[in-house]
Amino acid sequence: MVDLLGSVRGGRDVRPRRNPAGTPVRTYLRLAWTWCRAMAQYPASLVLMSLATSLGAIAEIGAVLVVYTHAGRLAGFDVHEGLLIAGLATTAFGCANMLMGSVESLGQHIRTGTLDAMLVRPVSPLVQMATDRFAPRRLGRILPAAGVTAYALAAAGIDWTPGRVLALTVFLVSGTAIACAIWVIGACLQFVLPDAREAAHSVTYGGQALVEYPLSVYSRGVVRAATFVVPLSFVSWQPALYLLGRPDPTGLPDALRLATPLVAVLLCALAAATWRFGLRHYRSTGS
Amino acid sequence: MPPKTTAVPARACVEPIIEAVGLGRDFTVSEGPFLRRRRRTVSAVRDVDLTVFPGEIVGYLGPNGAGKSSTMKMLTGILSPTQGRVRVTGLEPARRRTRLAARIGVVFGQRSTLWWDLPLRDSFELTRHMYRVPAADHARRLAELTALLELGPFLSTPVRQLSLGQRMRGDLTAALLHGPRLLVLDEPTIGLDVVSKSTIREFLLRLNAEEGTTILLTTHDLGDVERLCERVVVIDQGRLAYDGGLAGLRASVPSPRVLVVDLVGPAAPLTVEGARCVRVDGPRQWLELSDNPARVIAEVTRRHEVADLTLREPDIESVVAALYRRSAATAG
Repeated sequence: MVDLLGSVRGGRDVRPRRNPAGTPVRTYLRLAWTWCRAMAQYPASLVLMSLATSLGAIAEIGAVLVVYTHAGRLAGFDVHEGLLIAGLATTAFGCANMLMGSVESLGQHIRTGTLDAMLVRPVSPLVQMATDRFAPRRLGRILPAAGVTAYALAAAGIDWTPGRVLALTVFLVSGTAIACAIWVIGACLQFVLPDAREAAHSVTYGGQALVEYPLSVYSRGVVRAATFVVPLSFVSWQPALYLLGRPDPTGLPDALRLATPLVAVLLCALAAATWRFGLRHYRSTGS
Repeated sequence: MPPKTTAVPARACVEPIIEAVGLGRDFTVSEGPFLRRRRRTVSAVRDVDLTVFPGEIVGYLGPNGAGKSSTMKMLTGILSPTQGRVRVTGLEPARRRTRLAARIGVVFGQRSTLWWDLPLRDSFELTRHMYRVPAADHARRLAELTALLELGPFLSTPVRQLSLGQRMRGDLTAALLHGPRLLVLDEPTIGLDVVSKSTIREFLLRLNAEEGTTILLTTHDLGDVERLCERVVVIDQGRLAYDGGLAGLRASVPSPRVLVVDLVGPAAPLTVEGARCVRVDGPRQWLELSDNPARVIAEVTRRHEVADLTLREPDIESVVAALYRRSAATAG
């Protein structure tokens, strides 16, 4: 035991690291991978859960499809353009749900004291919480959404230029980042109100449902709120307008869509600040 | 029985592993009905001075609500102090929480830090990634701890299916896999049966003796204290009531020995010089001794027909209870 300890402790002292936990991304991937391997020990359960999850996503997009087949066009958008908007929204929120969805259990972690356990480990509690019970079954949501998006991109008659290909990548990353930030900010409510989980769902799940349709079907106030208050429109609406090369029918400046990556960065910074503020509040109230 | 490590000699040249000076924590509580709510400041911990040197096992005792948990949270960086200063392994816990976490191990007896749905082995794998222990070191250390704590039969069992004793051994392992210098235990034997308690106590003694791991534990189980701790710190109403050796604690509060007398039949409370009857239960009577027990025993057996006699040394429980009462009296 003494030898061993020498090797474990010695290892740390010989190679001092600035951050003992390493980069959060690497730690995230390692922890998520460990969870995936653990889940893979029950393959039947994993497959069934993934199928059930994908059915949910398919039903959601099916509902969008029903609307367009009945109405033909919605606020000037045809079925392929509509599927592009819905696909982008579902993909981004699906990815965010997989990456950050577990943070919504914050209130439960506070109540059961597992947050304290996370605070005494050398890894950011946000990373620990996000990877807690990391669910590979949520891929079941992303894959059909990504498939629909790919189909719509091909069918909507987009004039593909290298710039648009690059923009698509940037939009997907930005949309996911915005959705992740919304999940985290929603979870932070639970630092103050332990039962705010359902309230946060109105913005996360509710927000996704909102931006599955062209924003021009909503009233002016809703559009402004979804652009400037909770910037949900940058997840699907603004990117779709850019890719389709359409002017903004809601009367907002067309240049707004170019701000999508900036909005993502700002919202992530806001989410990080909110998280830190919430954690400081928790650590100074010590429930 | 492994030998207990004695206090580290030549302390002047050894860095303390825990150093708290005037440590205090106030909470603001709101009370009263809405709109007429008032804010009041309550101190959970006040003026705690505590220095612990490497290699010590220190028992941190106190009644519920005395400030034990608040102190533990401040030492581990979960809670920021409002007064005083504290350093653990040379770091300020609240500010350097993440760095400190790599150097210490923490076990909460009341709640597991393991993952409910995962087999123990996978929980340890997650822990390994968090503490960035190299795979080879991890495997060796896990093998050691598995042997010492007899984890082998349930390494592949999901944590939710483990018994409390098995879970606690798993929690201890998870806290020790990265070779911490300081182990902080919050009620490590709560709810365990006698055998599990004993396993954990012997393991902790061995860990302390062989690796020199400093151990700070809170407990309500005074068996833990008597078996493990040479030094006890008693906190009551947020303030330190005692800090010193176990023997000194006994001496600081006079608590008499008790003679338990089993008579052949029920009788009126015995009146013997040098003893005071404190309790009667059928034929059994408890006499608090203020005199030489031999004389009292002789007197009792001469005057009554006695079936059995037991002499009880004052246990640490009554000593601590007396200490709480005394500190309550001085505070009130």
